[in-house]
Amino acid sequence: MGLIQSYGLRLRRKRLHLRAWRGRRALSPVADRTRAIRPGAILLVSVLRNERIRLPYFLTYYRDLGVDHFLIVDNGSDDGSADWLAAQPDVSLWSASGSYAAARYGMDWATRLHRRHCHGHWCLTVDADEFLIYPFCETRPLRALTDWLDASQVRSFPAMLLDMYAQETAAASYREGQDPFASLQWFDSGNYTIRPNRAYGDLWIQGGPRARTFFAAAPAEAPALNKIPLVRWQRGYAYLRSTHMLLPRGLNLTYERSGGEKPSGCLLHAKFLDTFADKVHEEAARGEHYAAGREYRAYREGLGAVPTLWCRASERYINWRQLEILGLMSKGNWA
Amino acid sequence: MTAGGPGGSVGFVMLCHTAFDRAAQVARHWAAQGSPVVIHVDRRADRAEVQRFRDGLADLAGVRFAPRHACEWGTFGIVAATLDAATVMLRDFAGVRHVMLVSGSCLPLRPLADLVAYLDARPRTDFIESVTTEDVGWTVGGLNIERFTMRFPFSWRRRRRLFDAYVALQRRIGWRRRIPAGLVPHLGSQWWCLTRRTLAAILEDPRRASHDRYFRHVWIPDESYFQTLVRLHATDVESRSLTLSKFDFQGKPHVFYDDHLQLLRRSDCFVARKIWPHAGKLYAAFLAAGGAGPAAAEPGPGKIDRLFAKAAERRVKGRAGLIMQSRLPADPAEAGRTAAAYSVFQGFSDLFENFETWLGKVAGTRVHGRLFAPDRVHFAGGETVWTGALSDSAALRDYDPAAFLRNLVWNTRGERQCFQFGPADDQAIAPVVARDANAHVSVITGAWAVPLFRSDQPFADIRREAARLQRIETDHLALLRGGAVRARVRIWSLAEFVESPMEPLQLIADEIGPRARRALTEVPRLADLSGFGRFLQNLRNQGMQPVLMGDFPVDDDPRPITPRRGKPYLVK
Repeated sequence: MGLIQSYGLRLRRKRLHLRAWRGRRALSPVADRTRAIRPGAILLVSVLRNERIRLPYFLTYYRDLGVDHFLIVDNGSDDGSADWLAAQPDVSLWSASGSYAAARYGMDWATRLHRRHCHGHWCLTVDADEFLIYPFCETRPLRALTDWLDASQVRSFPAMLLDMYAQETAAASYREGQDPFASLQWFDSGNYTIRPNRAYGDLWIQGGPRARTFFAAAPAEAPALNKIPLVRWQRGYAYLRSTHMLLPRGLNLTYERSGGEKPSGCLLHAKFLDTFADKVHEEAARGEHYAAGREYRAYREGLGAVPTLWCRASERYINWRQLEILGLMSKGNWA
Repeated sequence: MTAGGPGGSVGFVMLCHTAFDRAAQVARHWAAQGSPVVIHVDRRADRAEVQRFRDGLADLAGVRFAPRHACEWGTFGIVAATLDAATVMLRDFAGVRHVMLVSGSCLPLRPLADLVAYLDARPRTDFIESVTTEDVGWTVGGLNIERFTMRFPFSWRRRRRLFDAYVALQRRIGWRRRIPAGLVPHLGSQWWCLTRRTLAAILEDPRRASHDRYFRHVWIPDESYFQTLVRLHATDVESRSLTLSKFDFQGKPHVFYDDHLQLLRRSDCFVARKIWPHAGKLYAAFLAAGGAGPAAAEPGPGKIDRLFAKAAERRVKGRAGLIMQSRLPADPAEAGRTAAAYSVFQGFSDLFENFETWLGKVAGTRVHGRLFAPDRVHFAGGETVWTGALSDSAALRDYDPAAFLRNLVWNTRGERQCFQFGPADDQAIAPVVARDANAHVSVITGAWAVPLFRSDQPFADIRREAARLQRIETDHLALLRGGAVRARVRIWSLAEFVESPMEPLQLIADEIGPRARRALTEVPRLADLSGFGRFLQNLRNQGMQPVLMGDFPVDDDPRPITPRRGKPYLVK
């Protein structure tokens, strides 16, 4: 990469921060508890809309892993998400007015929070339906991982999105507080394509049940599954295109190129619950998602009501070791 | 002053720089059993925290704090700290016969009484890993003897470029420091356990000032100071460390967590480092009173060694044939590799009526049809989805054919994959297969003509199709005979194969199912080829030159004109 390109990326990064700064007025604090953030605290940043029934389990899950503070942007929920979140002692809440799409699918808001509150912290940026699995996550808290990454001088940790689904769609009904993976037990274990993206050094991973069902005729349009959710944040960093990639580019080099394996995790994706059908109709109409909700429109056309993603070759989820053996994630040299 | 209790004969010198609450817990554990502990705290540590640390241990008579030095990794500070702390130990605790050097993140795995008994049985032995520079295999950065003959004024951690440049410069100029007379450089683990006699001899050596001056500029002196000097003074060196401490491929110590509890228990080592400060279960389990293990057992870190060796291999070599989010080899040979051997058959299912079923029986595996057919993926048994949720959609497969094949072989590790291929299929996979050492490719050239011969399409269409397939197969054969091929390739012409099919079939059966190596009792049914020679002649008459099949007579005899040899013609 030449000097000019590399300077171009730098400008691009600066522009992202400028965007976030210009949009600062769209963010208004509802409950600001950021003074309680201690040095070394592990933070979680999330942008969400109408996720009230998912929230209790989401927060419990990440509290148990060892997240110390939640920084959440609420984009106009009308289901009581905001009130519930504002009452949580370890949550700082902002409300964002304005268009999700115009704010780079919420990333401008997140960038603002990253820059102001995450400098020097390990920071997990996830959606309300993404649950991080990393090597030894049953026995070692998140801090064990971040301590180890610090000692190894690693700044970012990748976790591929793994779409989870139920065997029969009827089983995917969800009640508040439930573990969504009690019903969403299944996943696709070995139908992913991976290609490097030269411009940003990141990977582009596609495949899984969504590619297999909704995008079988147009695989190039299948959603990207690569994510880098856990980053030791520095003020100048910025996510580009959801949490799929970052600038500066070095943060995207989470894969080994000389034959070995770096450590990696998975984000279990609890998207395909019974709440999904409503969401599909709402989001396809709103057109506020990536490529004007193309993905949601594909779902609506593909399904009628709720998708059947299960097939005879689906794999039932057991634990992280299973994902490691299947080659979806890796321990690297963490033992 | 000597502390009372069973542990009085062993003293601990403890180097701390962080996680003082854990260090205090361990120090208290030893001191409470009568073993004196001299603690050195890195001068760079936070003042208030250090004060709290000291206050917390103030009630223990057997605990001393040594003069503080700044301990930057790789510098003499750590040795200076050790020397001062050891001096305090020998001065203040006359009953100590062995001194063990530990860190604040060490944890005793066996009762103190075990260690005392072990050392009492070996009163004159110094336990210190001490290996000559020629025999060391583990140094990071390639600096062995040069650690002793160069100067290192720049910090490796903070000024890496200057460090490297200065090393390069010294190498170029050939600038060397002289090693003091009588010293033979030795390296080894920083964590030792020395007798009072040896330690006192090192500390009170009349040449100590000159040694210290020399080692002040040696690279990572904590791994060489005592390891070298012990050779001057000791009579009985046992070159191993009593502390279980493993380093990973980057040279940083492996860390132990709660889930290592059983592994650590079974290791029978006396002390392990380093322990994650938040590993509460480990601290609770090993610092609990009592819990006597097998008393006389020798330390046996073999299991832990294997665990960490495996981890390093995973990080450095990875799993062959797997491409995933954190493994993407840049080397095309490694990237194009699959996980296991598989077989590709070209022309066999055209020539034999039931080849797939037959092969499935012979090899004891499910045999796929044409995986790369243009309409869809023909998995064995007409399945629409295969292990790993691979779809039979041609569009999905063609989006990245190499990934499709790699996924298939990876997903079905332990079950040999066999599939049919031909010139009518998507050829994008052909170069990938040809370059893959795991591919076993068997080709009957020109066999694609058999279905055409048996079809009842208009002859003009057949002729056009024959020309197209022949062109494609000719290119493919050129590829398979080319220089970059790593696959195991076998090629027969149709005529050759029809003339004596038993040998090749036996060969294939043996290769796929080596356990069932015996003579074939059943053979696949050969398609009826009467009139095939006439058919080829018709193609010729229409201006197309079929060359890949070999020679077939124009009359009705299905057998080619080449003279027969080998086994009798067994195919029914």
